[in-house]
Amino acid sequence: MTRETLFNSAALAALALVPLWAHFSGEPFTVTLATRAVILALAAVGLHIALGLGGLVSLGHAVFFGIGGYAMGILAHHAQTYTPLMEWPFVIEGTKSMPVIWLVAVVLSSVVAYFIGLLSLRTSGVYFIMITLAFGQMFFFFAISWSAYGGEDGLSIYVRNGFPGVNTLVPIQFYALCFVILAAVMFFAARLQRSPFGLALNAARQAPDRVETVGLNPMRLRLIAFVLSGAITGLAGALFADLNRFVSPTMFSWQMSGELIIFIILGGLGRLYGPVVGAVVFVALEHILGDLSDYWHIYLGVLLLGVVLFARGGIIGMLLGREVAHD
Amino acid sequence: MSLILLIEQILNGLQFGIMLFLMAAGLTLIFGVMGLINLAHGSLYMIGAFCAAAVAGATGSFLLGLIAALAGAAIAGALVELVVIRRLYTKDHLDQVLATFALILIFSEGTRWLFGSFPLFLDIPDALSGPVTLPGGIEYPLYRLTLIIVGLLVAAGLFLLISRTRLGIQIRAGENDREMIAALGVDIAKLYTIVFALGAALAGLAGALVGAIQSVQVGMGEPVLILAFVVIVIGGIGSIKGALIGAILVGLTDTLGGIFLPELMKLFFSPATATSIGSSIASMSIYILMAAVLVLRPTGLFGARA
Repeated sequence: MTRETLFNSAALAALALVPLWAHFSGEPFTVTLATRAVILALAAVGLHIALGLGGLVSLGHAVFFGIGGYAMGILAHHAQTYTPLMEWPFVIEGTKSMPVIWLVAVVLSSVVAYFIGLLSLRTSGVYFIMITLAFGQMFFFFAISWSAYGGEDGLSIYVRNGFPGVNTLVPIQFYALCFVILAAVMFFAARLQRSPFGLALNAARQAPDRVETVGLNPMRLRLIAFVLSGAITGLAGALFADLNRFVSPTMFSWQMSGELIIFIILGGLGRLYGPVVGAVVFVALEHILGDLSDYWHIYLGVLLLGVVLFARGGIIGMLLGREVAHD
Repeated sequence: MSLILLIEQILNGLQFGIMLFLMAAGLTLIFGVMGLINLAHGSLYMIGAFCAAAVAGATGSFLLGLIAALAGAAIAGALVELVVIRRLYTKDHLDQVLATFALILIFSEGTRWLFGSFPLFLDIPDALSGPVTLPGGIEYPLYRLTLIIVGLLVAAGLFLLISRTRLGIQIRAGENDREMIAALGVDIAKLYTIVFALGAALAGLAGALVGAIQSVQVGMGEPVLILAFVVIVIGGIGSIKGALIGAILVGLTDTLGGIFLPELMKLFFSPATATSIGSSIASMSIYILMAAVLVLRPTGLFGARA
């Protein structure tokens, strides 16, 4: 067992045990905080597939996060007001069932990711960063002016949606649900990374010409990665909205996309546990520094600057002293 | 929909576009010469506006405020280049995005700490307030007209600077081949600081000029920053000409779209639906424009490199 696997197992165990300890010592707020961290980690693991494996610097992943959020908001809104979503050509009712909401969130964000990817992947470098940012802003402004679903004010849901066999109103049970999803997605991502597809994607990032020479299409590999990535971030968006029982256009904001990138760099770019460690540390810092000072963003800024300038492998790279191969 | 309204809206769009150009010119210069994505450019715009509001509030002179904005933003730009930015030139775009995002946090919270969360106000000087009658009997605010003229003068000055002066030659040479001009004895580190300070001063000027028609507050830079990025991406990154054309295109699309799209939609839908559909498409219109340009020309209208 290498030091890295040891560290990763310890991180995962801490994620499983700390909220459990908080639950039994009567600190439900810590459980909620941990839920937030786990959901944001899930969103960042989604981005990791595009950014870490595919080398696609997307500054527009908030699009998928927001689509997931609005999928939950709109379906639950119709369910709680007993109005159908649409009546023609066939009736679609709202729902309070999480599995259905997740399915809708994943399908919708995949479809949108497919079209955004199809257009954006024609560009590269800075232009790719900017076109994804532009798509993010498009959705942001659309959500703001979509008055049927709250416009700028967003949508509130009175009661958290249900999952068969789980009482989602109990913080620790909802946490367990989110944790299991994160673990499952990470298992999937780890398998993906080592699969022929993952290897080809990795190669397409480092040497696209050679990949093309052996008969693979780098564009297609990137598009698939982008869609998978969007789908996972969309699922995280649905969970995030359910955690807050609220969805608003800020889920589409470019700052949200920026934060997802921050998680990855803070934790360690190119590592599967990077986004997870990054998101957990970020949420913890947000909480601790936020208590210390009203101007905690300054400290966060200085810290980020320090990570970019002096600690290239992020937190994991710093602790384990080895950079993952990434150009 | 009268002709006068149309001309007024075109002038508004032009004014908005010209101010965007001041932002975009610095951004595109910095990217063209140093290859740096600077998200903190919006913070320099904010610093300019705050310097102008503070100095104009203390002395009562708008002109002193403008000078303070130029100087304040240029100094802040030079400082930040010396301390942070120059370490980023050799790093990849991802690191640049993140480091300058961190700078936004530091600048915004620092300004909030100094000036508080409430907006400051910068008054239009008396000599420039009130409307002016243009040929054809159109009444238009004198201050906005001044903004258009000042912006066009700055644009002309910038073109002369780039094409006619020694500094301009060095900047253009730096864009093409930085090793070569370093080998010819140009102090490249100093050149980079100057270019960064110049871009910062332009952003500060835009912040101060716009600050007089909007409120001066923390976070005012980010929406403009995003628009300026849209502008330079449409124009082609690194091209000043592209930035000017892109800026005017974005300014006109945004202003005219907000007026005419709801009207256009009324031809197809009932008035209430038309207004809501029209205004939501209008708020997305510049991003649609940008996506369309990039799909057709992946390096922008005047861009050469990918």
